[in-house]
Amino acid sequence: MTERRHELRRYPWPVRDSGQLLLMMAALVWVVASVAQTAAAGLQGVSSAIAFGLLIAFGEVLRLNLPGDRESAPIGFAGALAYALLIQVGANLAQHSAAQVVTVTTIGMIVGALPHLAVGRPARVSGMASRLLCVACVAYIFRPLAGDAAVVRDWGLAFSLMTSLAIVALLLEVVLTALLRVDEQRARFRVALVDELRVQLPLGAAVGASALLIAFAAEVMGLAALVVFTAPLLVTQVAFRRYAGIRATYLQTVRALAKVTEIGGYVEPGHSERVSRLAVAIGRELGIHEPQLLELEYAALMHDIGQLSLHDPITGGATIFVSPQDAKRIAELGAEVIQQAQVLGSVAEIVRRQNEPYRDADAPAQGRLGGEGPAGPPLSSRIIKTANAFDDLVGSSLEPGRAAAAVQQLRLDTAREYDPGTVEALSRVVNRRSVMQL
Amino acid sequence: MGRLPWAARLYVAVVVAVAAVLLARGTFTFSADSWRDIAVLGLLFAIAESTATRLSPGNLSWSANTAATLAAVVLVGPVGAGLVGACTAFSLRRGPSLAQRAFNTGMMAVTAYAAGRVFVALHGHVGALNVNSFPGIIGPFAVAALAHVVVNHALLGGVLWLARNAEGTARATYAMLNVRLLSSDLGYGAFGLLIAALWTVVGPFAPLLALIPLFVARWAVAQFAEQQRAYEATVGALCQAVETKDFYTRGHSDRVSRGSVMIAREIGMRGARVEAIRYAGMLHDVGKLGVPTKVLQKTGKLTEEEYAAIQLHPMRGLDIVREIGFLDEALAGIMHHHERIDGRGYPMGLAGDEIPEFARVLAVADAFDSMTSTRSYRGARPTDEAIAELRKWSGTQFDPAFVDAFVAAIKRDGWQHPQPPVLAAEELATVTAQDHDDPSAPLRVIDSL
Repeated sequence: MTERRHELRRYPWPVRDSGQLLLMMAALVWVVASVAQTAAAGLQGVSSAIAFGLLIAFGEVLRLNLPGDRESAPIGFAGALAYALLIQVGANLAQHSAAQVVTVTTIGMIVGALPHLAVGRPARVSGMASRLLCVACVAYIFRPLAGDAAVVRDWGLAFSLMTSLAIVALLLEVVLTALLRVDEQRARFRVALVDELRVQLPLGAAVGASALLIAFAAEVMGLAALVVFTAPLLVTQVAFRRYAGIRATYLQTVRALAKVTEIGGYVEPGHSERVSRLAVAIGRELGIHEPQLLELEYAALMHDIGQLSLHDPITGGATIFVSPQDAKRIAELGAEVIQQAQVLGSVAEIVRRQNEPYRDADAPAQGRLGGEGPAGPPLSSRIIKTANAFDDLVGSSLEPGRAAAAVQQLRLDTAREYDPGTVEALSRVVNRRSVMQL
Repeated sequence: MGRLPWAARLYVAVVVAVAAVLLARGTFTFSADSWRDIAVLGLLFAIAESTATRLSPGNLSWSANTAATLAAVVLVGPVGAGLVGACTAFSLRRGPSLAQRAFNTGMMAVTAYAAGRVFVALHGHVGALNVNSFPGIIGPFAVAALAHVVVNHALLGGVLWLARNAEGTARATYAMLNVRLLSSDLGYGAFGLLIAALWTVVGPFAPLLALIPLFVARWAVAQFAEQQRAYEATVGALCQAVETKDFYTRGHSDRVSRGSVMIAREIGMRGARVEAIRYAGMLHDVGKLGVPTKVLQKTGKLTEEEYAAIQLHPMRGLDIVREIGFLDEALAGIMHHHERIDGRGYPMGLAGDEIPEFARVLAVADAFDSMTSTRSYRGARPTDEAIAELRKWSGTQFDPAFVDAFVAAIKRDGWQHPQPPVLAAEELATVTAQDHDDPSAPLRVIDSL
């Protein structure tokens, strides 16, 4: 699997990841077929098609970014699902076909993407494609059943059918997004899946419930359900946007303030940023989950913050060259600073133990490689130790030979200092990077 | 709550009594079905209320219970809605005292009843909805929802106003008028109509469906609040880290931040800008790290180069915080906080109104804290003396309007002076010899030839 990805990376022109491409092709084929079919059969229920199309477009305009650079369009998605699950609008049966659902959703999405394009924000076609595929699946299963007398009369049957379909759609969306992220970020699939579930679950539940709410309410309220329903989900979305906003600000701020060590001349320019990027890449390689990955990123960004308490900057700033006692003190001081914040307890612990040797010479050997003894430093600390040492040796140099030599040097010290597991992960990350630069 | 003034106690008693009278008059007319509906909606209400999200200032909290009361307005009319509102009494939330609980119960009952009356007065049809109810019901319902929010906030505002001396809730009163809060209340009001409409199709299961989005929203709001607290703590800690090098300036950022907020409030800045200036105050001197320690600690006159290095610190600060997206206006404040009204400041020599407002505010608070803190070459000055100094430089170095505002705020609220630093022997070496913020002892530069 990994080998194949390396092959792809070797092309000098930008190549979309294979998974993304496949997904988009599938969506495109489905859309073309559906539009053709709809054009041949003609629109059923013009007013509801227009109303739902507008709602979807509106939702796409208001899409938001969830933590971890995830795009989401809850209102649009809920609208599209509701259109697929519609049974009755007022007293009239909804007779539109699955093809029409796909067509209306596509048009809504495209219209909704236009304002984004107009202000220069690129549309994420892969995200739109995966949402569209989920809606299409639900529509093709449910539309043929929607006119069935049993479904129309028995709300219990309709309710359970719609609930399970909404759940299927949301799970499908999670799986598709996780697959895309595996391609994009080189995460492991199982890790990506769990992370995706964790992030998407709350909003996904709201989207699914809202879709059912509209579909049912439309029986009583007619198309007015769309207007009434939009307000509450809008509030939910506002709450999410603010939450995502403060998360982003948090990271930006820690990144910015981590730079004070550079401006103060304590470390080389760009050091914290590089170490944090490398640490996160190693962490991902080792299958660390997202919440811990975020802590690792914070810790890596702030790993040198303790130097601020020193009277004079260390020459060159490289902590790998100072005595172990000094390094330990810097780590302690940094952990104290972070502890002050009270909310980043585990980050402080990671920073405190960033210099500890992987295996203490005095302690009895722990057996297996990477085996974590009860007193051993946490994995995140071991990752930062490796990434930090690597950056101190290589700096901002892009030369592949130098990087390989540095990895080799770290490898020689895996008996005691560096965790062999993290060094191997580092080696894979570095290899990938140099291939990309060819 | 034991310290409530008598006026507030009386107010609470009146609200509770009114609620009791209104509800008692109509309770005996309900059918068994209506009672079932009231019970289900009351349960929804109590759940929403029990899981209310606490807002940071004061004791206000925010919950999605509006949806339940407004659904009751449509399904069972004013008295039924009042009963649902009275389910506040069953809230499982710990914290509110008995008096608070009684008031909340009375307030929600009166609010729901009033919304119901408005709905009926506008010829809204009470009872199960059908296809013909729409869109005619939307108008009366929207007005009823608005009335619900207005009555609720008016009653709450009343008690906060009467009790303000007891609990110092000026901030809470302010937060209450938060537009975002009002609009989210209205948004959840719309959910009430949805529940009422669904009632026809799926019966009392309607609230179950409606609950999910409500809980998700609640979750997001709670997450936001938690993240914001974490964020503030982290910024505070990092700012402190920047200060630890110099014993004398410890706590400086924090106090400048407080002083700037005092000025900003005094001149009536809007909430979001006050927040921004708070961060600007905390971060205004981060650039000092880019100035070599030996220059900061030098006694006696500075060379041209050394003075230039000091003059660069606002720009260095800007370099550091530039990428923090939300700061916007605060960035300009950080960059220009050493400009002078007469144009002789640094780094750009802006004058008068050219200087961003934030920078002019920061400059006043910055200088004041410097003068009232102990420095190695002098003791801390008393407040009066520092104010006199501010007045002296008002119009040349400082914006007179902000000096006046600051003086007024200090006279009213007082100023918390820093503790004089106690020096450990080893720290004697690392102190600022000459504070660049001190207007009464400006940095001296060796005259160039």
